[in-house]
Amino acid sequence: MDALILEETQVKMAISVENLKFIYPGVDDTPGITVFESLDLKVAEGSFVAIVGSNGCGKSTLAKHFNAIMLPTGGKVYVHGMDSSVEENMIPIRRSTGMVFQNPDNQIVANVVEEDVAFGPENLGVASPAIRKRVDEALKQVGMYAYREHAPHLLSGGQKQRIAIAGIIAMEPKCIVLDEPTAMLDPQGRREVLQTISALNKDKGITVVLITHHMEEAALADRVVVLSKGKVALDGTPREVFSQVDLMHGMGLASPDTVELCHALNQKGFDLSLDSLNTEQCAQAIYDALTC
Amino acid sequence: MLPLLEVKNVTYTYSAGTPFEHKALQDVSFCLNRGEFVGVIGHTGSGKSTLMQHLNGLLKPNSGDILLDGKSIWADKTSARKARFRVGLVFQYPEYQLFEETVYKDIAFGPKNMGLKDDEIDLRVKKAAEIVGVSDFLEKSPFDLSGGQKRRVAIAGVLAMEPEVLILDEPTAGLDPEGREEILKNIETYRASQNATIVMVSHSMSDIARLTQRILVLDDGRVVYDDTPAKVFDHAEQLLKMGLDIPEVTKVFLKLRQLGLDVPPVYSIDQAVETLNKIRGGDRHA
Repeated sequence: MDALILEETQVKMAISVENLKFIYPGVDDTPGITVFESLDLKVAEGSFVAIVGSNGCGKSTLAKHFNAIMLPTGGKVYVHGMDSSVEENMIPIRRSTGMVFQNPDNQIVANVVEEDVAFGPENLGVASPAIRKRVDEALKQVGMYAYREHAPHLLSGGQKQRIAIAGIIAMEPKCIVLDEPTAMLDPQGRREVLQTISALNKDKGITVVLITHHMEEAALADRVVVLSKGKVALDGTPREVFSQVDLMHGMGLASPDTVELCHALNQKGFDLSLDSLNTEQCAQAIYDALTC
Repeated sequence: MLPLLEVKNVTYTYSAGTPFEHKALQDVSFCLNRGEFVGVIGHTGSGKSTLMQHLNGLLKPNSGDILLDGKSIWADKTSARKARFRVGLVFQYPEYQLFEETVYKDIAFGPKNMGLKDDEIDLRVKKAAEIVGVSDFLEKSPFDLSGGQKRRVAIAGVLAMEPEVLILDEPTAGLDPEGREEILKNIETYRASQNATIVMVSHSMSDIARLTQRILVLDDGRVVYDDTPAKVFDHAEQLLKMGLDIPEVTKVFLKLRQLGLDVPPVYSIDQAVETLNKIRGGDRHA
């Protein structure tokens, strides 16, 4: 117990949601819609957390609390220790935590890729030579440097989404929140964006919060949080969460296909563990079961 | 047998004659038969959406033709409009196009435009609502529904026109697994009940593999494969090169072969379970 308390005080929190209550206000005397009654969630600095849950469970509402786009009806949200309900904290919070949304077309503002990436740092009042450096580095980071003078609207979906991510990186945030960044992308675009996100976390130590409906993507995170009806229903490593196949189904969710396959085989009398998160592990487990 | 819809040597170029000229479709030909469930895959910009908009005459080919029951939909001024009632198109994120006060009115919009009588419209609205499971919300505002429900109402609006060919551009994008499953089930129900032809564009290889009987693969405005899922997903390497993918279970089975297990290729979890269960010697718990 002592060890636990010690651990909590040592790890710095990027986001700390405490007893969050949020109600979408009703129109003309109609009652509002309660999304969160009392939600607690902590995201450690430098971690990679995936948030999954069925449509309407509050994922996007929660994400918008992470950089003060939405403010709690009750309880507190602290972003890098800053209370989001204090007005003076709004700008510092948004500098520390950037958001990337589903549709890349809604996030691109300029006619030239590098100008688009420069938009954020310009708004922060960064000096010109420093902007140049930040833009170049951000574009290299997402693998789009060669396209710096291209027109964004002629790029593919995956490329546009990486430009949107570069625009956030150029603001040098400590944390990036991505709300279904791959929903509109083809398989290649998804691979590109996911590699970029993983690299930002592993190489640059940026905290990543990834909201997704694709369980294969969530499996790349260090930790998966499942939201259901405004509450944290499951919270653990991808292995711990996705092996709870029946619980996931009960919430209208699914585990990655590899786990689903093992689960379906077990119903036919196989005895496979439900923690194969990639195709190699899954094939090996099945092979062992059939040949032993 | 005459195919229901035939795409014949269609070529389409955007912004022809400008520096932005882009050949979206190049000499595309294929047929669609009644009752078929066809999947269309291709990377962003491969020409999928351009092709879909040709099938019901929203775009007119620069050269080539679209034949419905053997007749060009561009034969005369009214034929393209008529084709739109027989070939229904559900765009990406169709819920953004909901606009009426009630779910009922929104679903009724299409059949009304077809000039149908009120009792026929009523019948069709109820039938379409039943297929997508929104019968209980007919008097609600579509804007009070959840994302998945809105999507289904939007699809019902097209189903109510009872198209013989139903085209869906990424019908499950942005939905949770349960919402995805429900929409796919609704589509299959419609196909089976009307013997309708379904053309579904999707980036989900597992959905395509599991549901369709035939897959068209587009790459740079050309149809590179037009075959059964089994044959198409046999080209794993080429598909990856084209920016596409193969289903996860197919990958697992490829690995099993590498490990030395003699298994046939599979494309869905059901198939995989059946195959492995046979190898193991049947249901031990059954």
